[in-house]
Amino acid sequence: MDLHYTAAAPTAQERAAVDQLLGPPTSGWEGGARRPIDGHTAPDAREARGRRHLLLPALHAVSARVGWVSEGALNYICRRLTVPPADAYGVLSFYALLSATPRPPTIVHVCDDIACMVSGAQALCADLERTVGPAGSPVGDGSALWLRSPCLGLCERAPAALQTVAGEQPRSEPIAPASSADLRAALAGVATPAYTPYQLPQHGSSDLRLLRRIGRVDPTSIDAYLTAGGYAALRRAFELGPAGVIAEVSQSKLLGRGGAAFATGRKWEAVANQPEQPHHLVCNADESEPGTFKDRVLMEEDPFALLEAMTIAAFAGGCEYGYLYVRGEYPRATRRLSGAIEQARARGFLGQNILQSGLRFDVELRSGAGAYICGEETALFNSIEGFRGEPRNKPPFPVQKGLFGKPTVVNNVETLLNVLDIIVSGGANFAAIGTPASTGTKLFCLSGHVVIPGLYEVPFGVTLRQLIESAGGVAGSKRLQAVLMGGAAGAFVTADELDTPLTFEDMRAVKATLGSGVVLLLDDTVNLEALLLRIAAFFRDESCGQCVPCRVGTARQEESLRRLAAGRPLGSLPQERALLTEMGQAMRDASICGLGQTASAAIESAMTKLNAFTRTAT
Amino acid sequence: MSVAAARPAAEGVTLEIDGTELTVPRGATILDACRSMGVDTPTLCYLENLTPVNVCRVCVVELEGSRVLVPACSRACEPGMKIRTDSERVRLSRRLVLEFLASSVDVSLASEMQRSMIRYQAQPERFGSAAAPHAAGERDRATPGHHHAPNGERHQTVEQPVKVDNELYVRDYSKCILCYKCVEACGSDAQNTFAIAVAGRGFDARISTEYAVPLPDSACVYCGNCIGVCPTGALMFKSERDMRDEGTWDESRQTKADTICGYCGVGCTLTVHAQDGEIVKVSSPMDHSVTRGHLCVKGRFGWQFVGRRDREEV
Ligand SMILES: Cc1cc2nc3c(=O)[nH]c(=O)nc-3n(C[C@H](O)[C@H](O)[C@H](O)COP(=O)(O)O)c2cc1C
Ligand code: SF4
Ligand code: SF4
Ligand code: SF4
Ligand code: FES
Ligand code: FES
Repeated sequence: MDLHYTAAAPTAQERAAVDQLLGPPTSGWEGGARRPIDGHTAPDAREARGRRHLLLPALHAVSARVGWVSEGALNYICRRLTVPPADAYGVLSFYALLSATPRPPTIVHVCDDIACMVSGAQALCADLERTVGPAGSPVGDGSALWLRSPCLGLCERAPAALQTVAGEQPRSEPIAPASSADLRAALAGVATPAYTPYQLPQHGSSDLRLLRRIGRVDPTSIDAYLTAGGYAALRRAFELGPAGVIAEVSQSKLLGRGGAAFATGRKWEAVANQPEQPHHLVCNADESEPGTFKDRVLMEEDPFALLEAMTIAAFAGGCEYGYLYVRGEYPRATRRLSGAIEQARARGFLGQNILQSGLRFDVELRSGAGAYICGEETALFNSIEGFRGEPRNKPPFPVQKGLFGKPTVVNNVETLLNVLDIIVSGGANFAAIGTPASTGTKLFCLSGHVVIPGLYEVPFGVTLRQLIESAGGVAGSKRLQAVLMGGAAGAFVTADELDTPLTFEDMRAVKATLGSGVVLLLDDTVNLEALLLRIAAFFRDESCGQCVPCRVGTARQEESLRRLAAGRPLGSLPQERALLTEMGQAMRDASICGLGQTASAAIESAMTKLNAFTRTAT
Repeated sequence: MSVAAARPAAEGVTLEIDGTELTVPRGATILDACRSMGVDTPTLCYLENLTPVNVCRVCVVELEGSRVLVPACSRACEPGMKIRTDSERVRLSRRLVLEFLASSVDVSLASEMQRSMIRYQAQPERFGSAAAPHAAGERDRATPGHHHAPNGERHQTVEQPVKVDNELYVRDYSKCILCYKCVEACGSDAQNTFAIAVAGRGFDARISTEYAVPLPDSACVYCGNCIGVCPTGALMFKSERDMRDEGTWDESRQTKADTICGYCGVGCTLTVHAQDGEIVKVSSPMDHSVTRGHLCVKGRFGWQFVGRRDREEV
């Protein structure tokens, strides 16, 4: 490809950041010093083009060093990777954590999403506006700014924030719970207050399966993991063979925990049977559904278990390559997992010939950069490949054509962790837990007006009331208004429906969803309409913009809700509500992916179940 | 089609559209099938000579057993499919897509879309009055993440000043429906220049060069292929735009004649559009085996140097 670049050149710092990731350039084609020979020999174009998947890591590298990505830096990255600059700009401008305009090194991302909103985020933001100035404008000496952020996955410690500091030694730390003073200190560049390790509300309970090592086994040591029985499941998997592993997983009736509840065994079998090679494994750790933090806790506190489960999945699906895509807002999970990958490699649990089984498998960690949509499996593939995180049309499905166009197993973190027990104790034993259609245990992320927020593990079939009671009951005013299940893409359960069992099928019956396990409690003082407006704004912000129903629909939906909240509907109230309903139907029916298809779900649920938006101006 | 028809039926795919059974060649899309039986299906982002991106969703149809509607333009026919092209659900989604676009974009020159709007009784004015246009460059600077909350009183649009930064063509993104056609034509589907791409996210998504630099600073080689595929007049020859601004553009007075481009040996067919005896633009037939509708700067713009009303300016 004969690409054209603008005249802008990288600074020494930007060049160094890219070279640190990619190694020094080897020829003038890549933006190094031109050697006389470069005029006569073209580099291996295939090899360079095959490196496009390094685009997002390269953008991250520059951003972590200087805080933003200049035209010169982008040109340099594009030369190194043979990517057209306009294309790369399309990628750069897709992610909220990256910036194409100058930005101070220190950024404090303040969550104002649903769970934090219920826990005082609005007051926190108002306080920052008053004391340091509006979001997005440089603070003090210009070395910092704060931004409003969607859910940071720290909802059990709401209100939450994240400090990122670019430089030679880039830093990124959560601040949660955050006080106004903490945030001002973070903006002044002061180190964030210590992050207390996760306290499991059910600590010590003998019923825990997925969470049983948390708080008991040192997550930074592979030896501690091995002593606690780690890698027994992988050894057992080697005895069973790939077909045996798939048989156990199928028998367990494990359904995906990422939201779509697809049978894991069927997915693995479909990939294992694909003649096309190689096969890929992707662990979806982009967890960005507002109110969800379960995967974060698992990754921070039990990282080796995830690597072991990925290795088993790869063995079953015949996958040579594994990608672990962690959302960019999870610095602690990223560090823990990087450390775990290194230790696992060093001890022969990853790499060539794992445990002398002949299995070759390694895991590459990739960081997201602030885009909820990249949790959608095909958008995630595009993101890894170095393209905009736009979902692909299905079919073809990932099991047929996934990452790099190859058959791909993609699973959520929690889904994968279930596999360890299934392999050790057998699929039948797993299937005996829970209900016939919803087997095993499920993680729930309790936040909002609940006495003890946090991550809970219960067998499917426990009622919502029982779950809430085990968490100490309703906090705040103690009078429950409703529970938001499944996050922004979810639906409400009313106080009258609390005896609904927590299963996929029972939730469907009350027109709700388990989704990603969000259980956000709202007491009767919560301004429901403000919460719905936040959800509408979230979808407007996070739509990839590819398809019309969602790109324009999410914007129009937010406008409509604004009018309704102000009590000034277009035409009459019934007319405005009818307009909203029609928009919702078109988004649900005609959008490409689940984002647009569910962007109206919570709003419609609140309108039908909770009588939201029934007033006009008086 | 004749080859396919000659094959035994087992080679084809049999499905049902609006209650009528038909057999189409393997690999045919639902759109192909609809067209073969004369079912008129609106399209906006689909073009015969480009890879389907299936983003506009105006072509959606109802497929029995599918939770959501499916895009006719890219979904391959499968045996036993039962499809409805005119159900309530289909009509509603098509109408909403048209209303969403027409309320946010200037579609006055999108003639095919205008016809669809009449057919589906689209009423873009249902969303009330439009917000003030964006200042020059404002949409180019939009960042992903938190947006400035609208008040809902006036609905947002993409209206913005037209970009005139070169002598050959203008980009009026107030008319852009983001169909991705120009990006595909500039990229791997034809030109392989990759001067433009989609930037930004959500409602702020837009066609852009890197850092929104003017076209002369970008990789653009002025092949005009993006203009050739743009369905809304957002991309336009400057000559045409100038005549439209003067009020002298009149397609009813224009003639079209095919000729072979003489600039090189490839032999591209040029369709020369003339008004009152003067060339006003050049296109190429989309079904032409060499060009597939695409040309290079010489074929596309070379006429400006041979005979045009304002040649002394060029
Ligand atoms: C907008 C959107 C966001 C999603 N985000 C996530 C996510 O953060 N994590 C996840 O595991 N699945 C997410 N999913 C679901 C994935 O597309 C996919 O179904 C899942 O990763 C499959 O894994 P599972 O079968 O183990 O659940 C999302 C889907 C949509 C439509
Ligand atoms: S539904 Fe929304 S997020 Fe999904 S592809 Fe369409 S525009 Fe993108
Ligand atoms: S004129 Fe040609 S090179 Fe320039 S943007 Fe259009 S398609 Fe690309
Ligand atoms: S400029 Fe034209 S061709 Fe390009 S996306 Fe917009 S409407 Fe489509
Ligand atoms: S961290 Fe704020 S809502 Fe989740
Ligand atoms: S024409 Fe099918 S989605 Fe646009």
